[in-house]
Amino acid sequence: MNQERAAWGFVAPALIALALFFFLPVAAALILSFTDFDIYAVADIGNLRFVGLDNYIHLLETPLFWKALGNTAWFVLLGVPLSIMMSLAAALLLDNKLARFKGFFRTVYFAPVVTTLVAVAVIWRYLLHTKYGLVNWALGGIGIGPIDWLGDPHWSMPAIVLFAVWKNFGYNMIIILAGLQTIPEELHEAARIDGANAFQRLRHVTLPGLAPVLLVVSILTMAGYFQLFAEPYVMTQGGPVESTVSILYFMYEQGFRWWNLGFASAIAFVLFLIMFALTLVQLKVSERWTQ
Amino acid sequence: MKRARLLPNLALWAVALFAMAPLLWMVSVSFMTPGEASSFPPPLLPAHPTIANFVELFASTDMARYLVNSLTLATLATLLSLTFNVMAGYAFAKLRFRGRDRLFRFLLTALVIPAQVAMIPLFLICKSLGIVNSFAGVLVPSIATVFGIFLVRQYALSIPDEMLEAARIDGASEGRIFRSIVLPTLKPILATLATFSFLGSWSDFLWPLIILNDSRKQTLPVALANLSREHVQDVELMMAGSVVTLLPVLLLFLLLQRYYIAGLMAGSVKG
Repeated sequence: MNQERAAWGFVAPALIALALFFFLPVAAALILSFTDFDIYAVADIGNLRFVGLDNYIHLLETPLFWKALGNTAWFVLLGVPLSIMMSLAAALLLDNKLARFKGFFRTVYFAPVVTTLVAVAVIWRYLLHTKYGLVNWALGGIGIGPIDWLGDPHWSMPAIVLFAVWKNFGYNMIIILAGLQTIPEELHEAARIDGANAFQRLRHVTLPGLAPVLLVVSILTMAGYFQLFAEPYVMTQGGPVESTVSILYFMYEQGFRWWNLGFASAIAFVLFLIMFALTLVQLKVSERWTQ
Repeated sequence: MKRARLLPNLALWAVALFAMAPLLWMVSVSFMTPGEASSFPPPLLPAHPTIANFVELFASTDMARYLVNSLTLATLATLLSLTFNVMAGYAFAKLRFRGRDRLFRFLLTALVIPAQVAMIPLFLICKSLGIVNSFAGVLVPSIATVFGIFLVRQYALSIPDEMLEAARIDGASEGRIFRSIVLPTLKPILATLATFSFLGSWSDFLWPLIILNDSRKQTLPVALANLSREHVQDVELMMAGSVVTLLPVLLLFLLLQRYYIAGLMAGSVKG
């Protein structure tokens, strides 16, 4: 049939590109993760050996991997809820009937999302400066002493979380805002007539109505936050005392600084498996929750 | 009533201050004299506004070259993405071929795989193709994307079949139908996809960092990250660099935000 031939003509270029530059590399990554591919194999493929699960075993025995996993988990655990709460608050404000200049505020809140990560990370590094930074200056105004944000291992990850929340909250805000607009006005009205106050309406009308949207948003945000890399690369170089080494940062160092490409592939796969498992858990939990 | 109105509006301005302060501070510091920002209390406005930092930036670093590199790469990435994804997205929505729906579902499941998993072998593939350290290498992952195909397909589903059938009965070829009927109706989603591709390419960091090691070929984000390591003390100079990096994308966003937000909505309902 004519249409069938034409259709393949339309999809083939994209499919070939995806196959060559995405699906083939993903499959190759799995194979690579069972080899000792290193700088010698880069020079001559003849030096390549299959090592079975050695990379994975070695990974589990590497303290820095556990450190990186812990750091990343801490970033996700702190950052995802904070980020979604900030998005929800901003969306509720924009949805408020008494709010003015909504279009203007929506654009302003969304602007950090489109900024280039590296450029704004450079800005925040100075904003978080212990002595001359605006953040400590503002905190000083309300009586909080200077915090060594990027130099103190206890504060380095919270500092990156603060930056990430600033950068990302506008994204989920837009999605939540659309979700808010699908909740029928009658529900709010009925609750009001029953004497529910604003907080009770939020708790019993708005949040249940938003549940499916919040689930999507939390899965997407979690997946994004697990891929933490450029923030520590620019702001802290993984320090102080490796407190901001993320899984991807660890992978980058292993792969492209030390050229342990087989080992780095194993790291990438472990990251993928963790993200995949957590997404499944979230879906299962929400299934039970909505039943 | 008036007080009820005051509270949410004050909160709106407070959040706006949080969102804008870093960017406004960047612009302000970029016009300060060198060293001025490193004092306490931090100055909010330049005492003697000067463009010296921008002059210094373009004179002493290769900033102009990086700007051209980034513009070239983002433009090429956008054109590639528009060509490959739009053709495929339309075919998945409107043309019948064997295994279409199964193939599409397979592509969607691939969305759960983070791009970084592919990066190490992709680097080796680029190496064997001899395109490490070239623009071609940077562009390879943005030729076709599952997200782009998905975005176009969802929009193309709304094209009425009767319109295409009528053209077929009139004897128009599939290529002709695509050019003169499909493309014009897809215009809004083309703008969305173009905005996404351009901004995505402009901001991309990890892949260009891996694939480009010749400093003359670097993109703005990679160059800025390097510069900021060398010039830690030069706050004013670095802020000028950030202004140069951010200005094009912020302007583009202001012009095309309608399309960008439309794409964001389409992307979030993929689940």
